[in-house]
Amino acid sequence: MRYGKFLNKLLLFLLTIPVLLFIFGPILWLFSASLSTQVELFSVPMHWIPQHPTLQNYLDILFPTLAVSSVPRTFATAILNSLKIASSVTIICILIGSLAAYALVRIPFKFNRAIQLGILGTRMIPEVSLVIPLFILASSLNLINTPIVLIIAYLSFALPFAIWMMAAFFQTVPIELEEAARLDGCSRLGILFRVIMPISIPGLISTAMFVFLLAWDEFFYALIFTSTLAAKTAPVAIAEFIGRYAVNITGMMAGGILAALPPVILGLIFQRYIVSGMTAGAVKG
Amino acid sequence: MRTFHRISLLIMAFILAVGVVGCQPAATGPVTIHVLTMDQAGLKPAEIDQIARDFEAQNPDIKVVMEYVGYDYVHDKIVTGMAAKPPAYDAAMVDVIWPDEFIKSGYLLDVTSRITPDMKSGIFPAAFNGVTRNGKVYGVPWLMDVKYFMYNQDMLTKAGFNAPPKTWDELVEQAKVIKQKSIAEFPVIWSWNQKEGVVCDFTVLLFGNGGTFLDASGKPAFNNDKGVQVLTWMKKTIDDGLTNPSSVASDENAVEADFMAGKSAFAVNWLFQYSDSNDATKSQIVGKAAFAPMPVFAAGAAAGVKGASVDGSSAFGIMSTTPYPDQVFKFLTYLGSNEVQSKFSAEMLPIWQNDFVGDPLAKLQAASLSNPVTVPAFKGQFPYANERPTVPYYNEASSALQLAIQEALTGVKTPQAALDDAAAKWVQLAAGK
Amino acid sequence: MVTISFMAPELNSLPKRRLTLRQQDARIAWLLIIPSLVVILGVALWPIVSTLILSFFNSPTGLNQTKTFVGLGNYLDMLQDQTFWETIGRTLYFTVVSVGLEMLLGLAIAQLIHSHPWGWKFLRFALIIPWAVPTIVNGAMWRWIYSADFGALNGLLMQLGLIKHYVPWLSLPDAAMNLVIVADVWHTMPLVALILQAALATQPQELDEAAAVDGANAFQRFWSIRLPLLRPAILVALILRSVDAFRVFDISYIITSGGPAFKTVTITYLTYLNTFSYGKQGTGAALSFLISIFTIIMAIIYIRFLYRPEES
Repeated sequence: MRYGKFLNKLLLFLLTIPVLLFIFGPILWLFSASLSTQVELFSVPMHWIPQHPTLQNYLDILFPTLAVSSVPRTFATAILNSLKIASSVTIICILIGSLAAYALVRIPFKFNRAIQLGILGTRMIPEVSLVIPLFILASSLNLINTPIVLIIAYLSFALPFAIWMMAAFFQTVPIELEEAARLDGCSRLGILFRVIMPISIPGLISTAMFVFLLAWDEFFYALIFTSTLAAKTAPVAIAEFIGRYAVNITGMMAGGILAALPPVILGLIFQRYIVSGMTAGAVKG
Repeated sequence: MRTFHRISLLIMAFILAVGVVGCQPAATGPVTIHVLTMDQAGLKPAEIDQIARDFEAQNPDIKVVMEYVGYDYVHDKIVTGMAAKPPAYDAAMVDVIWPDEFIKSGYLLDVTSRITPDMKSGIFPAAFNGVTRNGKVYGVPWLMDVKYFMYNQDMLTKAGFNAPPKTWDELVEQAKVIKQKSIAEFPVIWSWNQKEGVVCDFTVLLFGNGGTFLDASGKPAFNNDKGVQVLTWMKKTIDDGLTNPSSVASDENAVEADFMAGKSAFAVNWLFQYSDSNDATKSQIVGKAAFAPMPVFAAGAAAGVKGASVDGSSAFGIMSTTPYPDQVFKFLTYLGSNEVQSKFSAEMLPIWQNDFVGDPLAKLQAASLSNPVTVPAFKGQFPYANERPTVPYYNEASSALQLAIQEALTGVKTPQAALDDAAAKWVQLAAGK
Repeated sequence: MVTISFMAPELNSLPKRRLTLRQQDARIAWLLIIPSLVVILGVALWPIVSTLILSFFNSPTGLNQTKTFVGLGNYLDMLQDQTFWETIGRTLYFTVVSVGLEMLLGLAIAQLIHSHPWGWKFLRFALIIPWAVPTIVNGAMWRWIYSADFGALNGLLMQLGLIKHYVPWLSLPDAAMNLVIVADVWHTMPLVALILQAALATQPQELDEAAAVDGANAFQRFWSIRLPLLRPAILVALILRSVDAFRVFDISYIITSGGPAFKTVTITYLTYLNTFSYGKQGTGAALSFLISIFTIIMAIIYIRFLYRPEES
């Protein structure tokens, strides 16, 4: 009996191996490439592990000297910009989005349905199409090349998304709790802050993580609205490693690893919450 | 109803608030001009920044803000930037294939009267090709570039050839031997992926066969027998294993990578490939790359074609709605001036004719390790630079042609059918559809 | 069910009391919603409306261009254009295959984690990594992996002896879309896996155990018990992923630039080309709304077919 169970466990473990390979394979390759020189990357047959590994690609980005081209030099700033922008978007979304989500889900009032549909609808238009009108709007307010313009632009599609997600999580808070609080004389706002929010923290963190990644990942708006150092984001900086005439591939790989680090670290920290958060929102409903 | 009223009031208040905060009063003092250009080509951004600082030192009332993006995105940023008032950019780099579109859209300022006689006589006339239409000049020339034919001397010698091919048919012969002797599996690499690069290569080959894009009346001519021959030849080199099949997915960077890794004997590319191939941190073929005049087809030579390549120059255009045309023109002429260009001649070949004769020529050739080779190559090849069609609908037309060439190369359609379909599309576009 | 209850709060409303309380409620509701509304409307409303208006005109890009009113002309032109339908077909293929693979793989991996093999916590953490890699890095990485002469895929296959010559993957018109799909699945499958795994974790164990006692084998238990309970979670993942997959743009732009021979041009890519490259803003605008209509229909179909009242 125990032998059978052991075999079972072994089998399952063996199954995880191809999955891990699938997940880590490309990433390890990316990492290995970021430690190579350009010459070695192009050598045939392929070197899986660079024979002359170098940290130069990372050094060029993190501690740039004047001799290094401007692209790696500005990369660190771009990452900082991305951090600033993604964090701001996330915080604002959670703060004002949670309010709206609660109202839409728990408070019956006349335009409730219309607003819900409207918010969902704005998510259906591809972002590519809204760039030019948004640009005109932002330009008339002198906001081009500032981080603010990206924050506002991202809010336009992150906020509906956040509201939708948080509404789903709030729904799973048992209605009895709210009714009990009501009976105790709690006001609507009181219920929201004292009952709903504390229970929904995993859901809020989940949403925060999703929104952060959404903002972190975004490329096209960042490309059009910013190109100076003041507001350039990580994806735009990575795209710059591909110039018209020369690709700094190894630099791009190093930049890629660096650009993926903040979300991964955040994911690691909040991993516990994401999973339990998704539980609450996705299942009971 | 009351709530709706309140909502709209709130929204307006919000917009007003942002507007008040956002709009600053016009600054009195130095004028700031924004210039957009591509990065990593010609001069490096650090160098252009230096030029901007020098200019500001000489002109304290003008401040220059440069913006750099990848080539692929310059066009999009210009289009978006011009939608705003005032425009996001006062000047921008204009690739040789964009002026017609931009002129039709009203983006470019007519600067014919501003161009000085010095400029007209001093700069290569061909440099003005990219900005002159109907006798009017719409920009300031900056960079001249053309596609070059480069080969790996080592590989040729190993194969037993002591001279590079003069015709494309000779190239095929040499490639066959190189392949047979296992010196390179795919001796030729091209930038035939679905981007402008494939049209550039097609231009080189088409004119080399004595063909043209449009006939005298402006109708598509690239689908006549000359064009079809070229496309058929292109496909055959893939089928025969002489052209690397990855060419269909390769851009100019991939061509360079292949060439520098010593995997191909022949590579057609812009000037940058030469100096990169001698850079030991990137290339495995240091010292082995060489230029040769771009081959032509035997049929083309018989028709009197002596050389053929494609013009890839760029210039700077002044945006028509800029509030500061004078200041912008001042900066652009400084940027493209003789003194500035000769200062940076190690990075970028100048566009001034006097740099190529006498003492300045010696100085030019000594400016960098590559110049002794690149300067004569440029002088020899550029006179044969051909233009792609100067039509305002060029982007969409090019897209159709890219599709046609790709369809033929991947066997989806026959070369004739593919080119005919593209030609039909061009006719539609010309009619304004 | 998540979506339905979200859209019909009356089902959850408190018992009606006096009218003034309801009015008070409404007032508070507006107070809570206004900030979000202001941001969304302030930012998105005008662009959406102006794009809609633009879609009824033939409007070439540029200054002082004449805009001719064409009513539904742009829409009709598109609906009669062969390229449009081919692109829709390609995009649907991408959506169906990509989302399908993500759901299958996600479900399998979710179940795998759920059975708690050794190191399952590490596996769960590892899943975050592909999802956290920015799309542009993902695209650049896969483009490099697929590179004919220098890529890891060819290197691997060659060393395993599966191919004799390097294959020019990205040059093969029929393979290209599938390659882009693989890159996309790698990137977004973790999201599905994590959602489904979380859902599995909250399913009551008793049902499962009772069935085991009754003699049902693992597969039967999975099919008849766990899967139906997963339906709400599956629906959420499906809608989320389908809407995004249909509007995909970045990844095919980076890996293949839409080639070879247009085989990886998706409908949003076509919109981008029309608006920015070809200078046809009216057409681009019409395409955007056609895309929205498609995605709305998709969402409605999902909800219609997959929504079932809560099974106890």
